[in-house]
Amino acid sequence: MTIEELIENFAFLDSWEDKYRYIIDLGEKMPSLSADKKTDEWLVKGCQSQVWLIPCKSNDIISFQGDSDAMIVKGLIAIVLLIYNNKSPSEIKAVAVDDIFAKLGLKEHLSPSRRNGLEAMIAKIRHYADIL
Amino acid sequence: MYDVDAIRKDFPILALKINGCPNTFLDSAASAQKPKVVIDKMNEMYLHEYSNVHRGSYLLSEEITSAFEEARNTVQKFLNAKSSSEIVFTRSATESINLVAASWGRKFLKSGDEVLISEAEHHANLVTWQVLRDEIGFKLNICRVNDDGSFDMEDFSRKLTPNTKLVAITGMSNVLGTIFPLQEIIPLAHAKGAKVLVDACQLAVHQSLDVQALDCDFLAFSGHKTYGPTGIGVLYGKYELLDAMPPYQCGGDMVDVVTYEHTTFDPPPARFEAGTPAIVEAIGLAEALKYMMSLGLDNITSHENELTAYTIAKLSSIDGLRQIGTAKGKGGVFSFVVDGIHPQDLAFILDKEGVAIRVGHHCAAPLVQRMGYSSVARASLGLYTTKEDIDILVRAINKAKTFF
Repeated sequence: MTIEELIENFAFLDSWEDKYRYIIDLGEKMPSLSADKKTDEWLVKGCQSQVWLIPCKSNDIISFQGDSDAMIVKGLIAIVLLIYNNKSPSEIKAVAVDDIFAKLGLKEHLSPSRRNGLEAMIAKIRHYADIL
Repeated sequence: MYDVDAIRKDFPILALKINGCPNTFLDSAASAQKPKVVIDKMNEMYLHEYSNVHRGSYLLSEEITSAFEEARNTVQKFLNAKSSSEIVFTRSATESINLVAASWGRKFLKSGDEVLISEAEHHANLVTWQVLRDEIGFKLNICRVNDDGSFDMEDFSRKLTPNTKLVAITGMSNVLGTIFPLQEIIPLAHAKGAKVLVDACQLAVHQSLDVQALDCDFLAFSGHKTYGPTGIGVLYGKYELLDAMPPYQCGGDMVDVVTYEHTTFDPPPARFEAGTPAIVEAIGLAEALKYMMSLGLDNITSHENELTAYTIAKLSSIDGLRQIGTAKGKGGVFSFVVDGIHPQDLAFILDKEGVAIRVGHHCAAPLVQRMGYSSVARASLGLYTTKEDIDILVRAINKAKTFF
């Protein structure tokens, strides 16, 4: 699925209940990280749930694996990875993630007060694009 | 007769719709909503009565200085302190505790001394002493709470030694809701020669305080939890203790005679209020305390006790919900987890239903870990909370369970 397809699918979901069920479904379908990979090295510090992010770069393309102990957060990570995975560093830097989350009607999840690690995770993705 | 529906009308924000739902505000332990009288009073001060205090020789300054000092008298009355000179205005309860550490602690604590706190302290009453311990080299002892969240008096008595110079302890846990037996703790501490600082941030919201009856040496609470504004806190200290303490910060409004060579300082409380204080916030806080006193602290307590019993029963009826902190006589703070739902996910769904709770470690991370969790959900009551709020909470939790 591409992010454009996800935005289309989301447009059919009228209620927040359906949206959240869809996000939880995305989270459940995303492979979990094995326990040995959930180390402090890959932990994105968030206040209310734990988020892990592991980058991998080959031929100037970066991909990520992510996980969280909270299921809605994990689903949101699946969306973030759909946005950022398999892109070059310059493509990563060019993504207007706020616009995409606004189209999905999920903008509140990027607000700093949410502290669910999502904003920190996006900052980390952009950081990896700089240093890898 | 405590008419909670009429009382709710005093808090305009409670009538707000949140995501199209009634505002079910169950995060008063983090910060309480403000009654209109507080908001109006503060506006009035800025619109018609504002200038700096303790400085100008003109009408507005004289008027606001007397309003500011009258606010101190109101706090004195709220705490039943012997004198208004024992009331120091600070920025927050956190600053109040830091003031005691920096001023009293640096002067009177030495290597070989002991400071005793409990497992249930907020970070403000834990980290402050850790940092000072690392500076001075005293021993920081931590007394236990039992698995149900109750205070372990035996462990406290064991860890209270002739070397204990300070017991710094909460009156009510912001995670467990446990009300600590201060009436027993304080005389035991005094018998060993220790001073006692009470973190009354949660306690001050829920029941009347009498610092003379308690005989505590210091007591801290914050304005924003007692229905007042942010940016204002209170430190109560026995006068002879305050009088023996050096300044905490230096600047204007706290000095007696200043020359280029030397400065002498004002007596308390001015000695600890360097710089322009939070004038309007102090007056707003006094208005909030007057509001609480007009309702009657005992009436607030009995309303909340009834609601606490109701909440415990309602939460107990939810399958898979575990309450953390079930001590007898606990106050209106309810931490819990629901099997199979991360507290963060729960909060997302509750928010959509207009229910505000807090999740995480609640600035008491070691305590949450000691109780066996890394993150918990917390609902907390205020004087405006109703049974209907609790019913909505329970419905929302049951709804959340259908998602996972």
